Amino acid sequence: MTAPLDTSLDSALKAAPESWLAPRTVVTGMLLTVLALVPAYAGLTGRIFVMIFFTRVLIQALGAVSLNLIMGYGGMVSFGHAAYLGIGGYAVGILAKEGIASGFVQWPVAIAVSALFALGVGALSLRTRGVYFIMITLAFAQMIYYVTIGLDRYGGDDGLTIYRRSQFGGLIDLENKMLFYYLCFALLIAAVYLVARLINSRFGLAIRGARSNDRRMLAIGYPTFRYKLVCFVIAGALCGLAGALLANHTNFISPALMHWTRSGDLIVMVVLGGLGSLFGPVIGAATFLLLEEGLSRLTEYPDLILGPVLLLVAVYVNGGIEGLLEGRRRG
Amino acid sequence: MLYFIEQCLNGVQLGMLLFLLAAGLTLVFGIMDLVNLAHGSLYMLGAYFAATFAAWTGSFVVGVVLALVASLAAGMALEVVAIRRLYGRNHLDHVLGTFGLLLFFNELVRLIWGPAGMSLPLPPQMLAAVQIIPGVYYPVYRLVIILATLAVALLLYVAVMRTRLGMLIRAGASNREMVGALGVNIKLLYTLVFGLGAALAGFAGAMQAPILTVQIGMGENILILAFVVIVIGGIGSIRGAFVAAIIVGLIDTIGRAFLPDMLHLVLSTNAAHTLGPALSSMSIYMLMAAILVFRPEGLFPAASR
Repeated sequence: MTAPLDTSLDSALKAAPESWLAPRTVVTGMLLTVLALVPAYAGLTGRIFVMIFFTRVLIQALGAVSLNLIMGYGGMVSFGHAAYLGIGGYAVGILAKEGIASGFVQWPVAIAVSALFALGVGALSLRTRGVYFIMITLAFAQMIYYVTIGLDRYGGDDGLTIYRRSQFGGLIDLENKMLFYYLCFALLIAAVYLVARLINSRFGLAIRGARSNDRRMLAIGYPTFRYKLVCFVIAGALCGLAGALLANHTNFISPALMHWTRSGDLIVMVVLGGLGSLFGPVIGAATFLLLEEGLSRLTEYPDLILGPVLLLVAVYVNGGIEGLLEGRRRG
Repeated sequence: MLYFIEQCLNGVQLGMLLFLLAAGLTLVFGIMDLVNLAHGSLYMLGAYFAATFAAWTGSFVVGVVLALVASLAAGMALEVVAIRRLYGRNHLDHVLGTFGLLLFFNELVRLIWGPAGMSLPLPPQMLAAVQIIPGVYYPVYRLVIILATLAVALLLYVAVMRTRLGMLIRAGASNREMVGALGVNIKLLYTLVFGLGAALAGFAGAMQAPILTVQIGMGENILILAFVVIVIGGIGSIRGAFVAAIIVGLIDTIGRAFLPDMLHLVLSTNAAHTLGPALSSMSIYMLMAAILVFRPEGLFPAASR
């Protein structure tokens, strides 16, 4: 399970200072520039839907970045990551429904509950490894999925409409779509920065070491279980934040948000973009959603093309789009 | 009590269907070490094949048999064209690739059969109910499912434990490289195993088609149940899959039937009605989580690989 993943770590550790003109730097820079300029474009041309679409890209990218932290750097393949999107979303939705509209309450609650859930799931799941870890995280996500279906007061299967976005007491008005866009953008950049700081710290090295060889890390005195658990909780909290953003973006939440195929989407975004690379998940999320959106405009049957594209990426591309940009290929 | 017996039979019936799906999944997993998210698509294809062929030929039985053959062919073709290229990769590549296949098959079905679902009408003699023990009437067709899947399970057992092909399959499950080194055509063996799994999944879909509506995405939720089954049973173990499938089928069905009433004893009507179904849906995942925590390799771990 772990062996083929190691290339990215090796290259990360060996990486000579990269040229500013390396393809991946250029593409990342271009993507960030585009993302920064989207509201201007939307404002000038009046195509607000472009900005709304890219808001979704930013939020999904935040979710993918958090998944990449545990999956790419920690080797913990969580097949239930959409659960945190849902928990964060439902925290906002339920509080809003109960009359607590303040974002100063909603968002910390969303993050805290997600972190708490991640703590429970992680504490149990991290005893298993490999495919069993994939399946147990899936099982917990399914439990939450069914819990929300059972929440009759909050819409059950049909979902819950949120009539007011989180209120930040005049500090920032989320109803303003451009402000909301830039908030998501800023949070995404902050999350990538956080991940960058984490993985290059002593903590991050321990996590990456545990992925390569857990037993050796234990032998040299690292309690890897605790390290991995903390990492898992941080990722859960980050994704909970993404869920809170998502609820504010769509003004609607439903159990469908947590269907296992949504967790699959997140994995696809991370692997597509480049596992264990800082901006890989952002590139992956943008590519995946753009492909999905673009193809559905071109043809009535978008997945007829999208599906085989994913398969081809899995078969021929080593390390996702990031890997492609670095010229890593596999025959 | 009579109701309980009926529900138990329903549970066994669901369990048998899950076994058909799980057997293929666990074989593919155990032998090729492949996580196949597209396995549910083959189940869906089987159901569509059965509905189509039954409509063409006018016979339910012929339709199901043809669906079985078509699923086998579809599975082997899929293996040769796509799946083969994923062997030996890490599980994430499997997830990405087969997730793509899942999307592809959903769309393909929409292209061919249209977005509306289909239904597969049963022949009249299967619509009746028979008295199995005094006072308990049970639909003939559900009995047919139980017996047919039981027959398939027996056949599978004999095929795996008593034939040369089965011997190679078991050998492949415990040591792939060695089987290849001994001169067995491992590529062909893999294609056959994948085709066999596809046929079982297609058969499950075909048998289930008259009870449910045949629709796009019908394989997605049951795929996850099948994964739960193979994880509980122990990956690679057909016997484990059988036992786990029955357990999961019974817990799911009985939970759904009785949990709301049991909760009713301690909770208000309203709460029991909402909590009951949610709790019974959750129960199998709780079981799986508990089993993984205490027996991380499942109930019947296949010989250590």
